[in-house]
Amino acid sequence: MSTLIEVDNVSKSFGGVVANNAIGLGVEEGSITGLIGPNGSGKTTLFNSIVGFHPIDSGSIRFEGVEISKMRVPQIARLGMLRTFQQTRIFRKLNCVENMHAALSHREGTFRSMFTHKSGEAEERAEGLLDFVGLYQKRKLRAGDLSFGQQKLLEFAMALMNEPKVLLLDEPTAGINPTLINGLIDRLRLANERFGVTLFVIEHNMRVIMNLAEHIYCLAHGELLADGPPDALQNDQRVIDAYLGAH
Amino acid sequence: MIGDRIEKPVYVFLAVFGVIAPMVFPAYVQQIAMLWIMIVFALTWDTMGGQMGYNSLGNIFFFGAGMYIAAVCQIWPWYDVGEYTDPSGILNTSFTPDQYFLGLGLGVVLAALGSVVLAAIFGLIVFGLRGPYFAIGTLGLAIAAGELIGAWDWVGGGGGIRLPVFPSGTDADPLFRLPFGDLQSADLQGVFFYWTCFVLAVLTFLFLRWLYRTRFGLMLNAIRDDEAKAEALGVRTQLYKTVAWSISAFFLGISGALFGNIIGFMEPLEVAFPTVTFGIFMVLMALLGGKGTLWGPVIGATLFHIIKEVTWTHLLGWQWVVLGLLIVVTVVFFQQGIVGWLQEKRPEWFGIEVDRGTAGQRADAETADALEAARDAAGDVAGDAAR
Repeated sequence: MSTLIEVDNVSKSFGGVVANNAIGLGVEEGSITGLIGPNGSGKTTLFNSIVGFHPIDSGSIRFEGVEISKMRVPQIARLGMLRTFQQTRIFRKLNCVENMHAALSHREGTFRSMFTHKSGEAEERAEGLLDFVGLYQKRKLRAGDLSFGQQKLLEFAMALMNEPKVLLLDEPTAGINPTLINGLIDRLRLANERFGVTLFVIEHNMRVIMNLAEHIYCLAHGELLADGPPDALQNDQRVIDAYLGAH
Repeated sequence: MIGDRIEKPVYVFLAVFGVIAPMVFPAYVQQIAMLWIMIVFALTWDTMGGQMGYNSLGNIFFFGAGMYIAAVCQIWPWYDVGEYTDPSGILNTSFTPDQYFLGLGLGVVLAALGSVVLAAIFGLIVFGLRGPYFAIGTLGLAIAAGELIGAWDWVGGGGGIRLPVFPSGTDADPLFRLPFGDLQSADLQGVFFYWTCFVLAVLTFLFLRWLYRTRFGLMLNAIRDDEAKAEALGVRTQLYKTVAWSISAFFLGISGALFGNIIGFMEPLEVAFPTVTFGIFMVLMALLGGKGTLWGPVIGATLFHIIKEVTWTHLLGWQWVVLGLLIVVTVVFFQQGIVGWLQEKRPEWFGIEVDRGTAGQRADAETADALEAARDAAGDVAGDAAR
């Protein structure tokens, strides 16, 4: 297994607030890697830095060995690194299948390809993936009419439609009811096993992340506090202190 | 889906109306020609404002740009443009039919292509703006263009350009005259530009109808619904936005070239870059009919044009009050427009499905098994962790 994402010494400040300070971590190819930390510890900032949402102040981010810290979001997405949003983002007025078509990868990118019609093969894949996340019956409904949890599932299916190499998930289970959470975890694991998608997951739900991830990084106050396999991290005093607010 | 059922009769009706209108309503040829141009206005505005969610108040810029490019192309091969437009000049000008039609043809083609180039250039600047800032930025573009052209003496400055006179009936090609008998020059001009405007509207409609069914149309809608999400999926949003604007510009440029020749005279502020009349009308027509739909702009433009012509004829003095009221009522109370309102009330007519409380999953043994296995695995891990 090689390291797919290498984050090296990355810092990012907003005004006087240091959101990320000299963070270094790596995501192994084919793995499910977790990122935890208390609120405001800089998890989402780190995600935004990695996917090119904003420029970083210093450090280096490499994806498959290619320096991507100067690239913009669409460019990085076309390399095969995709993210989902903490506040779910889907195309509200399009129906689910159309959402899936819109999510098709733009890697080939010829001018001609912009004006092609929807292919039957894509339609089939879209329906298959909607079925995979349990939205097949709702495939003709407008995405904006779906419940929040269903929108999260749709966003996940859209990400898979894009055939990424790595998927950065920002709190995939936030706001989803507990019974749906189990189904979502199953599907995340399946996506990792069956489609070979590397997952890098921000998660607050400890039960979820401890079950899901093979390796977990913990941030606190913008710095990397600890990392290791789930059970090691669970017993790490520094992590417990960070969460419970000990000084 | 009602669209499939009524589509054909509607097309047949419109085609028949378009073809026989100049013969049945000879007194209204210019008004109906204007209707076709209004439809082009509304359709091209909607590509940006409705389908892509970028409310441009400056699309009229391409109308004026096309008008000026065409005028220069019609004059420049035969006369010095500076001399021709000089108000104190005594240049005696006349155009043979060959010169006229060659110039017009060249003018229309270059008006379209020139507008596309301008859209690509200015797109680099204005597409950095979002929401109301984009609207104001594009409005500024159109106003600035009007003012700048007004200060450019080579194209006549504020005094404008009078366009070449349409060849008189006796000079015109007999083939072209055939269906209309012994029309006088002015009538002939009316009929000629009626046909060009009709063809332009039909081509615009058919092109957009095709476009909205391709991936391109889908991506325009995606940009409208959530541009940041589209970017996060790797969409080249800047390219899509620029191409969409170029498409609007292409047809608007042609409409400007034709309109200038219908009026026969152009000047920068009132005719070529009329931001407060045509510039606003195109927005209103698309809103009235239902933005983001293919037929909405057509219906909106038709209704608006009829209201406008009727008030101008029968309520003179109050026409701006009526138009103002129409704008306020549409924008405040009726934003979804006629087609949008119908889509809400009768979604089944448009093939839109609404939730009837069905839930569940396609029976797929393989997926179910795989999920079962994964759930077991998850359970094991959880068990291990608990131990």
